[in-house]
Amino acid sequence: MAAPLTLLLLVAVTVRAALYRSSLADLISERVEVVSPLTAWKRVVEGLALLDLGVSPYSGDVFHETPLIIYLFHFLVDYAEITFMLADVITAVALYLSVKDYNKQVFRKQKYALEADRYPLDCLELIRSPKEMQYIPLKVAMFYLLNPFTILSCVAKSTCGLNNAVIALFVLSTIKGNVLLSAIFLSLATYQSIYPLTLCAAALLYLLQRQYIPVNLRRFSFWWFVAQYAFMYLGSLFVIVGLSFFLLGSWDFLPSVYGFILSVPDLTPNIGLFWYFFAEMFEHFRLFFLCVFQINVFFYTVPLSIKLKEHPVFLIFMQLAVISIFKSYPTVGDIALYMAFLPVWSHLHRFLRNIFLVSCVLLACSALFPVLWHLWIYAGSANSNFYYAITLLFNVAQILLVSDYFYAFLRREHHLSHGLYLKRKDGSEATLVLK
Amino acid sequence: MAAHRCSLSALLLIICSLLVFIVADSEKATLTGDHHATAVDNLQTVTETEEGAAAEEPAVEEERRWEETVVEEATADKEDTSAPETVVQSSVPQPKDDFQEELVIRPLHSGDIYASFQFRTLWETDFMRGNKVSHYRLFPKSLGQVISKFSVRELHISFTQGYWRTMQWGQPFLPSPPGAELWVWFQDSVTDVDGTWKELTNVLSGIFCASLNFIDSTNTVQPSASFKPLGIGNVTDHRFLRYATLPREIVCTENLTPWKKLLPCGSKAGLAVLLKSEKLFHSSFHSQAVHIRPVCQDWQCKTTSWELRQTLNVVFDLHTPGQGKLEWSLFKMFSRTLTEACPLASSSKIYIDITDDPQGEQFEVSPATHLLSQAMVLGDRRTFSVYDLTQQITFGTVRSLNLLIRWKSSEGDMLRPLLHAERYVAGYGLQTGEIHTLMYNNHPYRSFPVLLLDSVPWYLRLYIHTLTVTSKGKDNKPSYIHYQPSKDRVRPHLLEMLVQLPPNSVTEVTVQFERALLKWTEYTPDPNHGFYVGSSVISSLVPSIVAMDTNSTREQPLFSSFFPCKEESSYFMRVYTEPLLVNLPTPDFSMPYNVICLTCTVVAVGYGSLYNLLTRSFQIEEPSPGLAKRIANIIRKMRGVPPL
Repeated sequence: MAAPLTLLLLVAVTVRAALYRSSLADLISERVEVVSPLTAWKRVVEGLALLDLGVSPYSGDVFHETPLIIYLFHFLVDYAEITFMLADVITAVALYLSVKDYNKQVFRKQKYALEADRYPLDCLELIRSPKEMQYIPLKVAMFYLLNPFTILSCVAKSTCGLNNAVIALFVLSTIKGNVLLSAIFLSLATYQSIYPLTLCAAALLYLLQRQYIPVNLRRFSFWWFVAQYAFMYLGSLFVIVGLSFFLLGSWDFLPSVYGFILSVPDLTPNIGLFWYFFAEMFEHFRLFFLCVFQINVFFYTVPLSIKLKEHPVFLIFMQLAVISIFKSYPTVGDIALYMAFLPVWSHLHRFLRNIFLVSCVLLACSALFPVLWHLWIYAGSANSNFYYAITLLFNVAQILLVSDYFYAFLRREHHLSHGLYLKRKDGSEATLVLK
Repeated sequence: MAAHRCSLSALLLIICSLLVFIVADSEKATLTGDHHATAVDNLQTVTETEEGAAAEEPAVEEERRWEETVVEEATADKEDTSAPETVVQSSVPQPKDDFQEELVIRPLHSGDIYASFQFRTLWETDFMRGNKVSHYRLFPKSLGQVISKFSVRELHISFTQGYWRTMQWGQPFLPSPPGAELWVWFQDSVTDVDGTWKELTNVLSGIFCASLNFIDSTNTVQPSASFKPLGIGNVTDHRFLRYATLPREIVCTENLTPWKKLLPCGSKAGLAVLLKSEKLFHSSFHSQAVHIRPVCQDWQCKTTSWELRQTLNVVFDLHTPGQGKLEWSLFKMFSRTLTEACPLASSSKIYIDITDDPQGEQFEVSPATHLLSQAMVLGDRRTFSVYDLTQQITFGTVRSLNLLIRWKSSEGDMLRPLLHAERYVAGYGLQTGEIHTLMYNNHPYRSFPVLLLDSVPWYLRLYIHTLTVTSKGKDNKPSYIHYQPSKDRVRPHLLEMLVQLPPNSVTEVTVQFERALLKWTEYTPDPNHGFYVGSSVISSLVPSIVAMDTNSTREQPLFSSFFPCKEESSYFMRVYTEPLLVNLPTPDFSMPYNVICLTCTVVAVGYGSLYNLLTRSFQIEEPSPGLAKRIANIIRKMRGVPPL
């Protein structure tokens, strides 16, 4: 298995290196779909230039990276291309290993369930075979590395790639069952962009499951484990923030990074829902809608974890998707991360309802983004509404994609417990509906 | 001869390095002291050279008479030389307040006429003392109250319509950027400078009927080096300085009327009767300013007095109504003639610049005057015809003075200004752009340092790492950079740097920016007109033209022409570039409701579909019974019979 992965990595690195050398690199790094004010490489360089001038990078409103990023690139600025390629490779390998491990567990669980005769007889079609699962890890790595979104993001040197690497390492350490590393990487991801905070529920559920601790609010062992994890998470978060404070000597970065993410002062167009909404918002409703939109991102954590408490990895996928759709400054790099998980759910394809439509819309929107941007910004023959319409459509397509996978997942689970060919009371073939 | 040249160039080198040193030092507090020293020296040289000039002149024109006193260099830029000169003036015994007025008229090479009015009120008083000053004579009460209420140490305000074309018109006596400019030094006793500044701008807005109330933190900066106090005082901590420009401000009659009311004679008598707004605003360039500063009262500077200088500069384009015959007169320009000086004025004079035409070949001035005066203006030695309005003889028998200049030939070329700058925005589209500032040093062999100040609004996000300074194709690293990045909706970018301009070169400063999308309420009423970016300010000690004249064709005594003397070798100059007009991407202003509805719909679709899947469970669809059966069941239920 190592050989195809190596080959894949080589291909991915070659593609990226070739694009770095081409004239497209400059063009790509200016695209608003690929870089956001939070992740733009231009702004990292600006932060470094401000440091050189003796001005705090957080005294202005151009630089919004965390202090660790600026100190990382203080040393690595000449090797930026290698760093970003490495980040992509790390993400892909981490996802590869974690999916491999996850599949092993899925298979083992399935075996126990089969041995215990827990599946209805007509569900044999739904049982997954090791043969079809063999190539899934490789497909995941391929989906990440060869996804045009990832390639664009990497060529633009968007620091989103680094965030993805941290999240992938978090997933890997969680699936491997390493509590400490999982907490550390989760705190790093949170430190980078707040939103991964919602992944802690999924991580807890997974680790509890792995250690055979039942999720029972009245059990001491449950609370003890939660407290341990929270302590590790908060402790490492505290250490990281404290470290940033000592590197910088001031707390300026807190409002400049987290205030910037939460209050959305920069309305530069992107593929998300925030920019045009808040550009057109009536001033006295601004705070209200800001709260609504930000709470919306975190809101799904609790109901999703209750519904999916047996399936934390699917929960991670759902959370990543929700974050990348509803976050304040999304880029295509965020989308690439959750899309990498799609091959893991390839067994759900028979239950997907409108995958063809959704993928067509996603493809068409991706092609229309640059076209309408050009018409608005350069040609002047369109206005902002055109670009806005495409972002809306793109987000609707993403929402449909995610909810479709969620539906398919729930439906398969239902079939696994109730049988695949359901009958009505009168014996005719039944259709399943949500009630 | 070669040896002479060698030593000369060596000397020049030393002076250049000295200059660099001085300007580099000028960020520090030592500046004022330095200036006083040089200025005092300067004064002596002026008298010296004047003697020299006087010695040669009589041979040429016997009948012309030189004015007795040194012409007060009110017209020259103040920072360099004027403070001690005023000292000379005021050393004459005088009352506690004093008013002077003058008008300088300079025919420009482009055929335009440049008229510069200056009115100066000096008052020996102390606004800052505890007891309130209540008796005002010449000094306007409204401004006096502003000074004492807001603890202002220096106040400079200018309103300008049109752009001064340096390459056609040469240097103005008092430069000002298009629109409104306000800079104020506060006393160091002020604790809340920002609050005081806010109040002050609102009060001034009322006094001058201008939109100065639009000055807020988003267009106010604190330059660290470019704007030093022009009056006495050695506090140069830039915490007490505020500088703001409103490039969009339109200047018109409603600004002129309150400005005229500050004059002791109003527009009733003296030179101010010429200030008729219908003529003044029918011009290529119009600039009016008020400068308040403390100055020395005597040589030892034991007592200080407040100086209020009101200036009005205007450039008339006389080509259009000229119909081939080029002539102008006071009446034609201002539709008024002069009949008397302001009775309150201690001096009231009109100067006509005849430097380019000492023999009367290109134009003739009538009525002729025999009073001549010479002054160092902006590093150049100029000759003026003087008309003293306090003398009855000036008005002649008709009891009115209507100066008239008739052009005979229009050739002759202007000495190119030594320092000149221009600015533009490069790039296309509404995403990014690049600001180019070009600074020309036209001096043939001397380089000099300039301070460039740029204040860019926050919605053009500058990327300082893209800053390049090139001259003659080579990288020219600024020796000092002060950069303050912007904060969204709070403060603008401030970029100040010290650049050495090589001789005879163009220095190009470029910096890239990104255009922000604003909230729909933050756009101006005509958003597609674009947004103004105020002028860059270039401040410099420029080598003087006189010192440049080594191969002079003019007859000069040999003893005066060998070493370019240090005092004359440089003068202070400020150059403003064009303001920029930049377009920003705009949202569609007509559909806030639609956007709110549509985006909320998408969020609701997301929420709804997840909610659906989270709260419902899969069930087998049972065929629902028909309507008739359901009604029958309800009836049966009411009857208490089991349903069908």
